[in-house]
Amino acid sequence: MLAKRIIPCLDIKDSRTVKGVNFVDLVDAGDPVELAKYYSANGADELVFLDINATKENRKTFAKLADEISQNINIPFTVGGGIKSVEDVDVLLKSGADKVSINSYAVKNPDFINQLATIFGTQCVVVAIDAKYVDNDWFVYLVGGRVKTDVSLFDWANEAEDRGAGEILFTSMDHDGTKNGFACQALEKLSQIVNIPIIASGGAGKIEHFNEVFKSGNIDAALAASVFHFNEIGIKHLKVELKNNNIPIRL
Amino acid sequence: MRIAIIDYGSGNTQSVKYALKRLGCESLLTSDKEVISTSDKVIFPGVGQASSAMSKLKFKGLDIFIPNLKQPVLGICLGMQLMCNFSEEGNTDCLKIFDSNVKRFKSTVKVPQIGWNTVFDLKTSLFDSINENEYMYLVHSYYVPLLATTVATSNYGINYSTAIKKNNFIGVQFHPEKSGSQGEVILKNFINN
Repeated sequence: MLAKRIIPCLDIKDSRTVKGVNFVDLVDAGDPVELAKYYSANGADELVFLDINATKENRKTFAKLADEISQNINIPFTVGGGIKSVEDVDVLLKSGADKVSINSYAVKNPDFINQLATIFGTQCVVVAIDAKYVDNDWFVYLVGGRVKTDVSLFDWANEAEDRGAGEILFTSMDHDGTKNGFACQALEKLSQIVNIPIIASGGAGKIEHFNEVFKSGNIDAALAASVFHFNEIGIKHLKVELKNNNIPIRL
Repeated sequence: MRIAIIDYGSGNTQSVKYALKRLGCESLLTSDKEVISTSDKVIFPGVGQASSAMSKLKFKGLDIFIPNLKQPVLGICLGMQLMCNFSEEGNTDCLKIFDSNVKRFKSTVKVPQIGWNTVFDLKTSLFDSINENEYMYLVHSYYVPLLATTVATSNYGINYSTAIKKNNFIGVQFHPEKSGSQGEVILKNFINN
């Protein structure tokens, strides 16, 4: 049986791991390669690395980092942040990344999803969506949550799937950094709308929150950062607890 | 021991190379037929789309070459699928080593399947020291049905082949290079057996 995945997310700035609370107030949380090795050896099912100040110059550094990570870990990982071209993706996949995550650029250039799916296959295209609940609907935000759009989360997720996204990584900006639990209702609705895997992100604070998100909808993976980086929740312990709650988990 | 990893421009070959290196085994990423045919073992990786991968193989003349290899060949993921007759992905004629078509998962399950799934009914020395129902990492939309040559099974809506073996050819749908310590055991078995 396919297991639910637990995914630590490492936000990378200038080759260091940082964690934003509601996308601001960055705090240094360590060396990404060391963290990657630690997580890989301690039960993480997959890792996500987001280049949060992606620039052209930084792109090369990030590819180098992906290569270093790939040398050191034996689990899959996704990289994202500022990806804008087929060439960007090609370099990252060749550096050992399994999947790439695209966000703002895909909203502005939806054809980019089709392009990547055709060249590299849908299985390596993760469409990341940051959304916020405003006036009774969920709206997609761009540029790390700084720019609001008129696009509905559910419409966009649906379109992304049609265009060849292999997975949706949904971050609720309302929940991110609060440690009060995932956006279970929105996630449940999302899981009824698309037929591709969904990664839930934003709001993890307690083990119970992971339990909740896997029980409430057809969610495939849960992503978190600081609770893992600061060892507030140990991944092995979390997974044992989830398994005890009859959630399919790889131990 | 020299292992050749067939390089035909189909992504993520580097991960396989690094995984072998962690096991202390040097390998060569190459599309040179002479180098491949004189290697002790061959890994045929593949991530991506079947028809474009077959075009790349044809372009390098590897489509006729690979089925004639005599040493142990391990096809991984798309590499395994390409060893079959035909893939529904892009309606592609493949290498015809295994007498099977490659089918798309029905939409009763989420497609692609991404994540760690169990492998069972393990039948070959590639799985020495691997427990029944061990988890392996998979990411795919197409699958090889159960065959007489199936040597490991997984379930995703239906039971399907997660490993197949015929003569010197073995194919695995999962990624041993990304399947943690148990994936490493499988690579070790391929190197040593």
